[in-house]
Amino acid sequence: MSAAALAQPAVAAKTGNRAWRRFCRHRLALFGVAAIALLVLASIVGPSLIPFDSLKIDIRHRFAPPPSNGHLFGTDPLGRDLLVRLLTAGRISLSIGFAAMIVSTAFGTLIGVAAGYYGGAIRVTLMRFVDAMLCFPQIFLLLVLAAFIQPNAVTLTLIIAASSWMEVARVVEGQVRSLRERDFILAAEMLGASGRYVMFRELLPNAIGPIIVAATLTVARAILLEAYVSFLGYGIQPPMASWGNMLNNAQQYLGSAPWLAIFPGLMITLAVSSFNFVGDGLRDALDARFDLQ
Amino acid sequence: MQGALGPVPLAVPSAAGDAAEMVLAVRDLSVTFATEGGPLVAVREVSFDLRAGETLALVGESGSGKSVTSLAIMRLTPSAPRVKLGGSVQFADSSGRTRDLLALDADAMRAVRGNEISMIFQEPMTSLNPVHRIGNQIAEAITYHQRIGARAALARAAELLDQVGIPDARRRLSAYPHQLSGGMRQRVMIAMALACNPRVLIADEPTTALDVTVQAQILELLKELQQATGMAVIFVTHNLGVVAEIADRVMVMYAGAIVERGGVVPVMTRPLMPYTQGLLHSVPRLDPDALGHEPLEAIPGTVPNALLPPPGCAFAPRCRHVEPACEAALPILEDAGDGHQVRCRRWRAIDAVRR
Repeated sequence: MSAAALAQPAVAAKTGNRAWRRFCRHRLALFGVAAIALLVLASIVGPSLIPFDSLKIDIRHRFAPPPSNGHLFGTDPLGRDLLVRLLTAGRISLSIGFAAMIVSTAFGTLIGVAAGYYGGAIRVTLMRFVDAMLCFPQIFLLLVLAAFIQPNAVTLTLIIAASSWMEVARVVEGQVRSLRERDFILAAEMLGASGRYVMFRELLPNAIGPIIVAATLTVARAILLEAYVSFLGYGIQPPMASWGNMLNNAQQYLGSAPWLAIFPGLMITLAVSSFNFVGDGLRDALDARFDLQ
Repeated sequence: MQGALGPVPLAVPSAAGDAAEMVLAVRDLSVTFATEGGPLVAVREVSFDLRAGETLALVGESGSGKSVTSLAIMRLTPSAPRVKLGGSVQFADSSGRTRDLLALDADAMRAVRGNEISMIFQEPMTSLNPVHRIGNQIAEAITYHQRIGARAALARAAELLDQVGIPDARRRLSAYPHQLSGGMRQRVMIAMALACNPRVLIADEPTTALDVTVQAQILELLKELQQATGMAVIFVTHNLGVVAEIADRVMVMYAGAIVERGGVVPVMTRPLMPYTQGLLHSVPRLDPDALGHEPLEAIPGTVPNALLPPPGCAFAPRCRHVEPACEAALPILEDAGDGHQVRCRRWRAIDAVRR
């Protein structure tokens, strides 16, 4: 697209600005963005700044309550530093969240666009498949899949993606189905655009708002799902840390060392609610743009 | 059904003269929609010719099948099995080949659309994609059919915008549709439609959604562009004022069938079909003669239910000249001289009354 070569008029940016301003008025969404940025940054650089290894066992300092001996968040039953474990776990949990979002959004979008554009038997087949998938309780679907597949970060991502693309597919299908009847789609077909072109260049950009919102909420759900599965022992396997399996280890010491459960729980709550806030903020900001049209 | 309609004379003299090359020959075009209430015949056995450089106006009220006819030529009606197209649309493309558009496969048809036959729509406000800059939209219309770099396509887009009378074309390339007025958007649509120099332009009520001064400008623009490019124009409208202004020939449709056609002067000055007369009488007039006279005439009744068309003339239930024979069988398209054809068994009597 060589539009970049052309001078961008001040007016063109206005719609974008308006959405941005609406987003900025959404306090919780801004808080969410800040919290996510902080979590991501801390997970990336944190473990290398803290003088403890997430896997190093230190029997002399087991169950150190926070804050003690440089262990800001205390230590776990094997004397490992809880903060560094939380941050390395954050790497895993956040990566799985983002990766699952990308995979499920891409797949869901593809299914949704195809179903909405072609309609007829293709739509019925694809959307009934989506409905069927939605009928399964997600957590059981996840556990069944995880029971058959060796769990690691990649397979877990794919499993989570496989059980969470349906929402996106539904959203996109609905959008595309209504956009498809718009005059500019007929105009594009009249000018000789191919089906693939109409789907991905004409329809998809018009549905991008709801897709972004759905994708953001999918991250939150993927993080939560990863935590569920790991908590139940089917996900990320120890000694590698994830927020879910840290909670699992913590449950037997709930009375004696509550910080072991509180901190991973807070991390999950913070991450999931932040993504949900951002999703809500984006929905408010982007939806109004369609009203403007 | 062919028997009931009678033979359709194919050679219709045109204002552009017989010397002009034939670009489109539509024969017995029928469009049938499969609905829950049974088959709905939206267009029945429409035949007409179109020569290079001429303007054919397709007139009729809503639901008369005029828009469906134009969409059927482009093969843009919803795809089968919901709709069945019959007949043939012979199209002579720029390389001299004549092909039946209804028999082309999807890819070949796509190569025709926008390239050889183009269309502009009624609603310029919604015919442009809101998320793309207009420069890119026009450039893309070019790249569908020509191997051309993005930069060259944009340069051509600027040329086209200039050609359709948009001032400061280069800067406008980066505008979004919502930044343009209705008239401007229709100009952009015209630029997109003309991007590949089509031989036929189908204008489906292109001025209906615009205010009157802008209407006149757009009509003027279309006339100029037609003179410059020599394309044929099918102008779909229900506005008879517009017809008088730009058409060479007129085709009046009612309930999916042609009821009257001919040169613009004979049809407008000596309408033979009661329906055409009714249409002409229901045009408000501002000249002093019309002032103080009886209220504007309206055609009584409504268009017949397309699912249950009357066995005879579709206009019979609303016609004041009706006689029992009208309701028995569908009248044929009769020649009334001068290339003027009318589907009415009583046209001679009606014509005699006038004189």
